Amino acid sequence: MKQNNIDNIIELSNELRWQIGDEFHDNLTESIYADAADIVKDSVRSNDSKRRFRLDAKIDKIVTSKRFGFPIMFLILGTVLWLTIQGANYPSSLLANLLLDTIHPALKSGAASLGMPWWLDGFLIDGVYLAVAWVIAVMLPPMAIFFPMFTLLEDFGYLPRVAFNLDALFNKSGAHGKQALTMSMGFGCNAAGVVAARIIDSPRERLIAILTNNFSLCNGRWPTQILIATIFIGAVVPKSSSSLVSLLAVIGVAVLGMAFMFGVSWGLSKTVLKGEVSTFNLELPPYRPPRFWKTIYTSLIDRTLIVLWRAIVFAAPAGAVIWLISNIHIGNESIAAWAINGMDGFGFLLGLNGVILLAYIVAIPANEIVIPTILMLTVLVTGVGVGEGAGVMFELDSINATADVLKAGGWTLLTAINLMLFSLLHNPCSTTIYTIYKETNSVKWTVVASVMPVILGFIVTFLVAQLWRLIF
Amino acid sequence: METKINSGCETCEHFNKDGLKKLGVRTDNFDFVVALAGNPNTGKSTVFNALTGLRQHTGNWPGKTVTRAEGGFEYNTKKYKLVDLPGTYSLMSTSEDEQAARDFILFGKPDVTVIVVDANRLERNLNLVLQILEITDKAVLCLNLMDEAERNAIEIDVRTLSRDLGIPVVPASARFNRGIPELIQTISEIASGKIICKPHRIKSVPENIEKAVKTLTVEIEKEFPNISNSRWIAFRLLEGDKQIIEALKTGEFV
Repeated sequence: MKQNNIDNIIELSNELRWQIGDEFHDNLTESIYADAADIVKDSVRSNDSKRRFRLDAKIDKIVTSKRFGFPIMFLILGTVLWLTIQGANYPSSLLANLLLDTIHPALKSGAASLGMPWWLDGFLIDGVYLAVAWVIAVMLPPMAIFFPMFTLLEDFGYLPRVAFNLDALFNKSGAHGKQALTMSMGFGCNAAGVVAARIIDSPRERLIAILTNNFSLCNGRWPTQILIATIFIGAVVPKSSSSLVSLLAVIGVAVLGMAFMFGVSWGLSKTVLKGEVSTFNLELPPYRPPRFWKTIYTSLIDRTLIVLWRAIVFAAPAGAVIWLISNIHIGNESIAAWAINGMDGFGFLLGLNGVILLAYIVAIPANEIVIPTILMLTVLVTGVGVGEGAGVMFELDSINATADVLKAGGWTLLTAINLMLFSLLHNPCSTTIYTIYKETNSVKWTVVASVMPVILGFIVTFLVAQLWRLIF
Repeated sequence: METKINSGCETCEHFNKDGLKKLGVRTDNFDFVVALAGNPNTGKSTVFNALTGLRQHTGNWPGKTVTRAEGGFEYNTKKYKLVDLPGTYSLMSTSEDEQAARDFILFGKPDVTVIVVDANRLERNLNLVLQILEITDKAVLCLNLMDEAERNAIEIDVRTLSRDLGIPVVPASARFNRGIPELIQTISEIASGKIICKPHRIKSVPENIEKAVKTLTVEIEKEFPNISNSRWIAFRLLEGDKQIIEALKTGEFV
């Protein structure tokens, strides 16, 4: 009976809809706006001549202008990065001193006095503890500087302007202008960027944003880029300009990532994800002076500590795995050595080596541990006497010592450049992969998002290596 | 680091400061559900933080809150669960965030809906406000960013606005905690039924549409005598909203 009545209501509505015609939606919208205007007329008074919007408009005219928009963007990005690079050095070595040079030996001697068997002590202290300590020493300082600065920019209202500047480019590549915002989030963390893609309404454009977010160099990869650029690229120019050149190299990789983001978005929108570009309104919010201390506080708690915690959670088991594969032997070689030797040939084709490839497999859970893994494995294979023994991740006192280990491992300028490229173009970390699965609910697209960047990485590094060897 | 509550209301006899407890994420055993709606970038998350004592990250860009955030506070021994909805300009399209916001106000049946608007852009913000007032009649308007409005020399007659909209209007600057005590007091009074709202319903509707809406509304009310938003359902049915038709069939409105 009741069901019948409801069907009648729906029937009636269909009939009435037919009668009132298809301008209903527009009519209703107009009515709402008319009411709104009416209400405002009675209750709001404004003195137009005093509006502060004019200052905002003036700033906007400059930061979104054709001539200055992009240079200002790169200048701001460069400044933030430079402050991060410069500022992170000191606290990093302080933490390394404490966690690695002081606490680690103390733990070792403590374990020895307890009579702990060598394998348990090695597994726990040289594997798990050191991995965690390394990640804290290397990651915490740059994050504690980068995130608050990024958050201050965000609170000030700069991000929507970036989106505005990039809108035309995204539009040309068949993607949604709001992808500029998800891209910016990706510069902090790709998983966060993937979740942020929810602000894009059209499923097609949202998928493009999700699939290409990995081309934003994330927080776990900035330190790798900075370190390798400093050691190898900064070293080929005179000392006076080396830090500027390394900075430019890092920005270059970040910009290359953006180029790939546009290129792949374009490719996707022309092939498997064809469709119209949807329009949207982007509101440029007023500039608001950030509440400085509050912003620092929230970004430290919300971003820095959460990301750090994630890194620690993944570094611990990775440290254990590294220790195990370096200490379990098959025949007369460790598992790690077998794997490295097996992949060396393929690595050579790419201008990389077996160590790097193995490190990227071990470091799937977190990009942050790539460099320590590479160092440890290099020491293991080349037998350079700097490390602390098989399976021990360590922090080297100075950048020079790191360079010595890598050069002893056969690294050249080509290896360094290709490592930077591969760091940009490889699979997302496991957290991001899982997030992509949760957001798309599709195994297929998750696989595409994970495999496509690796293939691109193989192709790019292969081409660079072949060209390089042809020329030099 | 935190600005102290510096509003005159703090000492007002109507506001019981000692009765307020910010509960953070503890939202179990709540007595009332409060939804927080509004346009993007009007400071909803800041209001959310000010009410719950949480420090959810706020950013100055539209669309920052993509997931629903929940938190709670206790006032005069009643516990309130606060739900921060994604910011939207309207409730009439089918994008994910608009649907999430609409579904919560419609099916979640919050005891109070706080509509946060930017005092500098009231007219544009009213589009959403008027739509929400068609769905629920337990609402309060939080006129946020009053500090910016003052700097922009915008004056708002709060009493006239409140009379026209038929709901309480609370001017606020959530960033500086201004107006938050008044907002809490108002929320509690709406929740307890002390304030009864008579919300504005969309007026300037063309004759033929109004007639169709009336016919349909009468039928809907016959079937569901206890619902307050029959007119809005009529609007949606005329629009051919599949989700609402489905909800009618499955009886989700009851």
